[in-house]
Amino acid sequence: MTANLDNSVKKPNFFTSLIKNPPRKILAPLCAILFILTLWQVLCSGEDANLPSPIETFQDTSDLIFDPFFDNGGTDKGLFWQILASLQRVAIGYTLAAVVGIGLGILIGSNAFVYDAVDPIFQVLRTVPPLAWLPIALAAFQEANPSAIFVIFITAIWPIIINTTVGVQQIPQDYKNVAKVLRLSGTKYFWEIMFPAAVPYIFSGLRIGIGLSWLAIVAAEMLVGGVGIGFFIWDSYNSSQLSEIIVALIYVGIVGLILDRLVAWIASVVVPSEQQQ
Amino acid sequence: MQISNSTLPNQISVANSAPFLEFDGVSKIYPSAKGSYTVLEDVNLSIQEGEFICMIGHSGCGKSTLLSMVSGLNKPSTGEIRLKNQPITKPGPDRMVIFQNYSLLPWKTAYENVYLAVEQVYKHKSALEKKEITLEHLELVGLTEAINKKPAQLSGGMKQRVAIARALATRPEVLIMDEPFGALDPITREEMQEELLKIWQDHRCTVLMITHDLDEALFLSDRLVMMTNGPAANIGEVLDIPFSRPRDRQRIMENPQYFELRNYALDFLFRRFAHDDALE
Repeated sequence: MTANLDNSVKKPNFFTSLIKNPPRKILAPLCAILFILTLWQVLCSGEDANLPSPIETFQDTSDLIFDPFFDNGGTDKGLFWQILASLQRVAIGYTLAAVVGIGLGILIGSNAFVYDAVDPIFQVLRTVPPLAWLPIALAAFQEANPSAIFVIFITAIWPIIINTTVGVQQIPQDYKNVAKVLRLSGTKYFWEIMFPAAVPYIFSGLRIGIGLSWLAIVAAEMLVGGVGIGFFIWDSYNSSQLSEIIVALIYVGIVGLILDRLVAWIASVVVPSEQQQ
Repeated sequence: MQISNSTLPNQISVANSAPFLEFDGVSKIYPSAKGSYTVLEDVNLSIQEGEFICMIGHSGCGKSTLLSMVSGLNKPSTGEIRLKNQPITKPGPDRMVIFQNYSLLPWKTAYENVYLAVEQVYKHKSALEKKEITLEHLELVGLTEAINKKPAQLSGGMKQRVAIARALATRPEVLIMDEPFGALDPITREEMQEELLKIWQDHRCTVLMITHDLDEALFLSDRLVMMTNGPAANIGEVLDIPFSRPRDRQRIMENPQYFELRNYALDFLFRRFAHDDALE
């Protein structure tokens, strides 16, 4: 009986303890957000301010924030649909980049001649800014959507190729010797040795790639139009809906973070724990 | 310039039966910027089936190169190495290698590391038989408790046991060991030597082992191959180690012959072929 009583005294409700004694990891960012909002409010509350203050933003866009699922046809859709359209483009372009990039990376990494042949070319191409590819893509595909997807593809593929190549090249000679002594076949060597040895590098390439894809999609969509978060931002600018832009930016940031964490999470599941960097 | 049919078997105690493993005029020359560099020159040696051979010599004498040519990971520039009269051209599981740094795959458990080798060698056997072979060899090296651990969770001695289990599970004709116990602490090293000897006693295979430890060589080997210094190293002398088997470390060390052999080898290594660092 007394033990029960003790227990209830010693173990207060989880939420009350969280409120009474908030962990610094939560408290500190809350303070920073509050500070930034206050500063923003102070800076933008004058009569001649060019940008809306946070309170104004919230008032202007409450229906946008609270109803992301509306669909009035055309490009007049809720943020959920806008983001979804962008994510679809990223999904296609990024998946293609991952498949082609890992394949090419393995080929280049396992063949010194191919590496010497293409490395200088790739070093130049990878520095080309994503949007510089857009006119070429538009000329080649004659259509907006495939061009945007191509921009995602070409943006994400370089870090994937380069990291996979390095991952394959760094396979320790010891493992290769084991494979030679045991006479592992090509496919067996790939699955038992090359892939597990390179997979941490492949995933660091994939993680950089997803970040770059998301950076590129907003810019690409501003130019190609249609439904998508990039064009939504551009459209809001043209109709002077600055509050909408601010809300969209926050959405873009959060989605980008989720994408990055998603790839990191997949890596933590796929990559053997001994191999995690 | 193939040196075939060499009639200069420098230091071979020519045996009655045909040699099992034969080094015939083996040289290794690496091309370098300053001309070619000869690591090994005209090495001749015959080894009988089931012999335990240790090789000793100063660093840079080409011991490792010589053994990697037996494994097939490296090729002689001239001459050839024959196993049962067949020239060695490429690596294969009949000549298993135990590397100094164990070379276990870190993403596989002890069991999986051994199983990979078993699977490669016994392709015709059933999964159950392969599993049994794997477990039997892990038991042989005393690792039954640790079969599901990955190399990162194993001590150096345990990793080396896995490597030995992996090598023995394939029933190699030749077991090649390049300083297998070099990275172990002295106590673990002595334990491993005794276990290796016990296993070898039961599963006779021909062993070629590089060591830097004279006592290890005297305890383990039938013959001790002493190399001269590089470049253009060769076999300087081959010592017969006459101690009867099974060997007992204590008894061997009390044998006066032990110190004669030891002193003779020391004299070879540190007086007649002393390593002069200043020359390199």
